[in-house]
Amino acid sequence: MSLSWTAPDSLALGPAGQAGAGARGLAPAERPQRIVSLVPATTEMLFAMGAGDRVVAVGSYDHFPPEVERLPRVGALLDPNVERILAMKPDLVVLYGTQTDLQTQLSRARIPYFAYSLGSLPDVALSIRAIGSRVGASGAEALATSIERRLADIRARVAGRPRPSTLLVFGRERGSLRNIDASGGSGFLHDMLVTAGGADVLADVPRQSVVMSTEMVLARAPDVIIEVRSSDEAAAPPDLRVWDTLSAVPAVKNRRVYLLAGDEFVVPGPRAVTATERFARTLHPEVFR
Amino acid sequence: MSRWSPLREPTEISVEKAAASPRSGVAGVAPRLALTLTVFLAVTVVVCLLAPLIGSTPVHLSRVFDRGIPFAENVDAQVFFIARLPRVVAAAIVGSGLALSGVVFQALLRNPLASPDTLGVSAGASLGAVLAITFHADVTLAGVPAVPLAGFAGSVGALAIVYVLAAARRRGTPGTALLLAGIAISALLAAIGRFIQYFADFTDTFRSVQWLMGSLDVGGYAPILAALVPLTVALAGFATLPRVLDLLSIGPESAATRGVDIVRAERVALVSASLSTGAAVALGGPVLFVGIIVPHIVRLIVGPEHRLVLPASALFGASFLVVCDLVARTILAPVELPVGIVTAILGGPFFLWLLFRRVL
Repeated sequence: MSLSWTAPDSLALGPAGQAGAGARGLAPAERPQRIVSLVPATTEMLFAMGAGDRVVAVGSYDHFPPEVERLPRVGALLDPNVERILAMKPDLVVLYGTQTDLQTQLSRARIPYFAYSLGSLPDVALSIRAIGSRVGASGAEALATSIERRLADIRARVAGRPRPSTLLVFGRERGSLRNIDASGGSGFLHDMLVTAGGADVLADVPRQSVVMSTEMVLARAPDVIIEVRSSDEAAAPPDLRVWDTLSAVPAVKNRRVYLLAGDEFVVPGPRAVTATERFARTLHPEVFR
Repeated sequence: MSRWSPLREPTEISVEKAAASPRSGVAGVAPRLALTLTVFLAVTVVVCLLAPLIGSTPVHLSRVFDRGIPFAENVDAQVFFIARLPRVVAAAIVGSGLALSGVVFQALLRNPLASPDTLGVSAGASLGAVLAITFHADVTLAGVPAVPLAGFAGSVGALAIVYVLAAARRRGTPGTALLLAGIAISALLAAIGRFIQYFADFTDTFRSVQWLMGSLDVGGYAPILAALVPLTVALAGFATLPRVLDLLSIGPESAATRGVDIVRAERVALVSASLSTGAAVALGGPVLFVGIIVPHIVRLIVGPEHRLVLPASALFGASFLVVCDLVARTILAPVELPVGIVTAILGGPFFLWLLFRRVL
């Protein structure tokens, strides 16, 4: 049985929580000064909203902005190092909503925490506002608004244009077409694709990830195939030629198979807008520059 | 025909056989051999011909073979020749390879629970594949990508370790010692694999787990042709084994009195079965249960003599896995199950039934 005890004025909410509750604002004395963030997305958000100077430790997989490389690491989703977290003497720990064991331990140590839940694209702005009010960062509202505005701008620019049916692949076995992992009809990647003016070829499959067989790719016949890679996977030379065996697929026939690399595709944070813009530029090159 | 069963000692069965049919020998076996194998072959051929026609996408046979449509635009033909046919062929190869090595390991180790995974060859292949996935290996040899190559290399490595252990005893290794050594090697290699997975990036770990569930969607013929090379060598080895395996099942002492060079026979069996396993696991991942279940099913049908069991297992293993893969790719369309899940779901209960049918 885990106890979700939190300190009096901290809010343990996910992105769909009471974002408006922070409107009262925090006095400088109340603001957390030693923040530990285990989630790459929240780390980016904290720095983007101007609270980066108050972050004292980050998770193992946080790489942006470059300043975080100098900060100590305390583990991540599967292996949070409680001792190191406590040693940092934090007054706020931003962690995953699913890390219930860690939450229990922090409660026992009377350390407030903020539970972040991975959501979809609209939740990015909501999370920014929620975290912003929790840490008292003045730049949060502007950041969230800017993100929403840029996304709306992309939507407007692609509105009315025909949507190419797109297969979004985020992983497969190197050098072959086995174990193709594609984004299904729900989740963060799907939302970015739709915002960028694409039609998800797997829109009818309500899962975040779908393992595609070659038969499925041929049957669904996408017009565009986009492979996304995180930046460390991108170090290897692209091997898109493996798709050539499926020459009957419209995307292959019309040479619309692309590789997009960068951490902005895998971290649902402020840079999601950049990712969406890159998708839009790939799908509708005539509209963007 | 005496019934082989894991609950009976092999010696009981051979004594029974000698008593029951004094004329059994080459003359008695040959016509039965021909008939049985013909039936198994016919079933396998039918299954392999029908399987590419069935799937989650409707395919029109007339369009598949229509020469008028250029192949590069013929979706039906590409589904048939690129997506489905290599899968069926791969399933047949993996199924027969695993079944054959299962038969041989069970005889070699004199243990009905032995399987291609027992001696660590499968764990070696898995370790090789996990390493290739985690370290983003980028080699391609003769059209075969890095992961199957590394898998095969891993299986050969594991075989080398087991072979050295087996060769260390000059009189041939009693089944139990080899079995225990194999279990230890298997456990060690699996532990190393898990260690690597734990420290790997989450994405790589996920990808390794996917590979470990098995996938026959090879999408091309290069990996299949590559797997046929070690498999052919293995088949050459298997061809010399039927009589030897019959005798080994009884015990090395009886085999020795009949002039069988036990040491050499064990080594041929070990190497052939390991090559066959290595090729199969490198091609399709470690598909569970085929190597342990198929030999038992086949023995229920044709009896314990390896002249029948070996070829029949190859054929039945091929059909079994083709059918399992067919189920895996159609039952929850458009989502596909990993074939290893289907074989385990079918194999597990069957095995329990097999073990307990004498009790019930």
